Amino acid sequence: MAEAIVSLRNVTKTFPGGVKAVDDVSFDIAQNEFFALLGPSGCGKTTLLRMISGLETPTSGQIVIGGEDMALTPPNKRPTNMVFQSYAVFPHMTVADNVAYGLKVTGVPAEETKRRVGEALEMVKLTHLAARKPDQMSGGQRQRVALARALVKRPKVLLLDEPLSALDAKLRDEMRLELTRLQENVGITFIIVTHDQDEALSMASRIAVMDKGAVQQIATPSELYEQPTSRFIADFIGKVNLINAKVVSSTAKKIVCDAKGLGKIELPHTGSPTGDIAIAIRPEKLKIAGSPPKAAKTIAAEGKVRDVAYYGDTSHVVVRCKDDLELAVNVQNDKRAGGSGVERGQKVWIHWAPEDTLVLTE
Amino acid sequence: MDSWRGNLRVFWTLFTPGTFWLLVFFLIPLAGLFQDSFSDKISITETAFTGTFANYVRAFDTVYLTIIWKSIWISAVATAFCLLLAYPIAFGICFAPARWKPLLLLLVILPFWINLLIRTYALIAVFRSQGYLNLVLGWIGLGPFEMLYNNGAVIMGLVYVYMPFMVLPLYATIERLDRSFLEASLDLGGSQVQTFFKVTLPLTMPGIITGIILVFIPCLGSFLTPDMLGGANAIMIGNVIERQFKAANDYPFGSALSFLLMYVTFGALALRAYFASRSKGVDV
Amino acid sequence: MAQTLKPGSGPLDYGSRTWLKLLFAAIFVALYAPIFTLIAFSFNTDKRGVIWRGFTLDNYVKAWNNDALQEALLNSLAIAFIATIIATIIGAMVALLLWRFRFPMKAAYEGVMALPIVIPEICMGVSLLLFFINTGMMEWSVGMPWPLNLSNIVIAHVAFCFPFVAVVVRSRLIGFNRQLEEASKDLGASEWQTFWNVIVPFMMPGLVAGALLAFTLSLDDFVITFFTSGPETVTFPVKVYSLVRRGVSPEINAASTVLIVITVVATVIAMKLQAPTKTGEG
Repeated sequence: MAEAIVSLRNVTKTFPGGVKAVDDVSFDIAQNEFFALLGPSGCGKTTLLRMISGLETPTSGQIVIGGEDMALTPPNKRPTNMVFQSYAVFPHMTVADNVAYGLKVTGVPAEETKRRVGEALEMVKLTHLAARKPDQMSGGQRQRVALARALVKRPKVLLLDEPLSALDAKLRDEMRLELTRLQENVGITFIIVTHDQDEALSMASRIAVMDKGAVQQIATPSELYEQPTSRFIADFIGKVNLINAKVVSSTAKKIVCDAKGLGKIELPHTGSPTGDIAIAIRPEKLKIAGSPPKAAKTIAAEGKVRDVAYYGDTSHVVVRCKDDLELAVNVQNDKRAGGSGVERGQKVWIHWAPEDTLVLTE
Repeated sequence: MDSWRGNLRVFWTLFTPGTFWLLVFFLIPLAGLFQDSFSDKISITETAFTGTFANYVRAFDTVYLTIIWKSIWISAVATAFCLLLAYPIAFGICFAPARWKPLLLLLVILPFWINLLIRTYALIAVFRSQGYLNLVLGWIGLGPFEMLYNNGAVIMGLVYVYMPFMVLPLYATIERLDRSFLEASLDLGGSQVQTFFKVTLPLTMPGIITGIILVFIPCLGSFLTPDMLGGANAIMIGNVIERQFKAANDYPFGSALSFLLMYVTFGALALRAYFASRSKGVDV
Repeated sequence: MAQTLKPGSGPLDYGSRTWLKLLFAAIFVALYAPIFTLIAFSFNTDKRGVIWRGFTLDNYVKAWNNDALQEALLNSLAIAFIATIIATIIGAMVALLLWRFRFPMKAAYEGVMALPIVIPEICMGVSLLLFFINTGMMEWSVGMPWPLNLSNIVIAHVAFCFPFVAVVVRSRLIGFNRQLEEASKDLGASEWQTFWNVIVPFMMPGLVAGALLAFTLSLDDFVITFFTSGPETVTFPVKVYSLVRRGVSPEINAASTVLIVITVVATVIAMKLQAPTKTGEG
């Protein structure tokens, strides 16, 4: 990995009253990464971001930014800038004054300030609104002001706190693209906090999933989706069928387990787990057929269709199998006629390849 | 909300008592006072409406002009002190732990509910020449000092009495101020001092203006505080008005002075409305 | 400003800054020291009141046996009591009017209704003085038996109290969900039954808070009473005023303490009632 621009070492934050918002978190963020902190609300991701910005300080631990421990450095002395969730665009200043603010207070010469403000407004396509007051602008425009205001400072790290949450759906898609493009152009490390997995998966180069103040897994989006390390991650990222199972036997490359509703199945897996495990399989990796599959190595189960929900491009089918095992299956509606091709109450066979199955021990 | 025509019986029932009381015991007396300010005094107790401006002209005699001017600057200084003390208090309450806020706020406002006269009396007991403060100073070999019956005492009394009026609107404004504005300023490199003067202060300006007006108006019209704490040379407009009605029996002149006070009040209120309409900060 | 922050505390945690705590302490001492000394010295045996000589309740006994003081306190309480009842009823009606109806010139009406709150007390005092003299009400009241001789003061107190009551009650009414009213009517209640069974109970905390506010305002008032009272009628603040002009005495301290306790209790109750939603916090 490239050189770390931010590294957190054993960062812990306990709020007055004893609540541990962030519990002994350590990881590195490399130069030029688009890094996402993802997790359910209350998981500590925003607190972590605010500690990187200096708006909060950790009760213990180090926050190294650009090679220097800045855990206790006030926010105005840090090479980080933040785009706030509420944007926090100063209502008593024009757009241009907002963008110039961070340069003026740090004594950047007037001539340079003017030039850089012009460039920053150009970058977010707001040059024509430079003289406007924020209360005459839409949410999307105000967010651009907040972006320009932070980027004009040329920070080493740009922090974004739920940047898309206040926008409507269409604008959100637009902004998502624009943020990734912007990050590539300016070459600054972006750290984004979000509770929306789609946002994190589509924008970030790496994602840290947090829960209860601790980091659960750090990985690229596809690793996170295809190789989750725990039930929590598998369940939190995307949809998944989690099936409880018991290990019967294991060798170096495969295990045999007794899964609920499926009986004894053989799965490829390294490591030799014992006892209770869970197997996970994504709905889009399941196939539906009217008869038992012929291939020898597939895992299959017979069941009855309980529910079909039509979503246009796909249909989400729920099939009930033996032992009350319910499996969710995504069917591509790739024919104009017939939709998913199954209807409620129909007897079907579900099958999938063993290598698409994940074994989760945690 | 319903139209008044929708239920005339209910409308008039609710409308009449308040309007009657306000009209007969507030607006008509004020109109009488207004009329009297354009009247001549024809005997000890009688006045006649002549439409004269003489009473207003007299208010601009040097003697009275000096008193009006003094009333204005005493009120202005008292208001300034109130602001300087109340801002940190309001700010501190807003940033105090949530469970302390109601108590701190109550502690600030409570004295306001205690009788004005009793509070002023309490001040006299502390500051008079045989008072508690001089007693304490005596122990360390100082004094006694004459601390009452001068302009300074009046200012101190006004600050003591009217400070809650300043704290409340400031508290309301600062409390509603989005913290992320201050955080954004710090994050963009502004120091605490820069953040205060460039962000906090401008954004809380509506509260400051409301507070200034809420303190300045009663200060300017105060009568009891200068009467009890001020000496013979520390009187304000309120005391002059009182004399016209209680001692000199010159009602027309007293009325004219009262209305001058009212004009200033209305001017201040109009100013506040103006600032409120153009302000981009946090509204009160 | 500090170059480093304390572990665990952010740059905006002003609440934990020492200088702010000290300032708070200083201001609260300045605000309360005079009041507490006044209360403390109401229990002092020393006549001149400066030096603490020992605990006694004599001052309270003396104040109680002082006929003039007793009469003044009785007058004040009677005025406050009557004025509160009238002001609460009128204020509540104004609040209902402004809450319920749209009518022409409403904004102007509201502005005029707020005038008694904003104009200097002394202007209101002298205008009422003139009014009572010119209409003959001043002379009329002097000859009247108690408590009718207080009617001018009561009228004046109602005039400055009811707009305050209206403000308090109206702010309570704003939180009322009109659907409750519609539900009541839908269930078959008449307009009048709905008013008494749905709206009045909802208004109640506002009414009580408004009434207590009116009571304290009336009890506290010096300036307007000073101008509208005849030469014969004396209220407690007016009496204290004339006594203080002659000097400081522990008797006044005792009587003042009684009044402080009454007002503080009324205020605390009123505040508790005005903020019913906040009681669940912290």
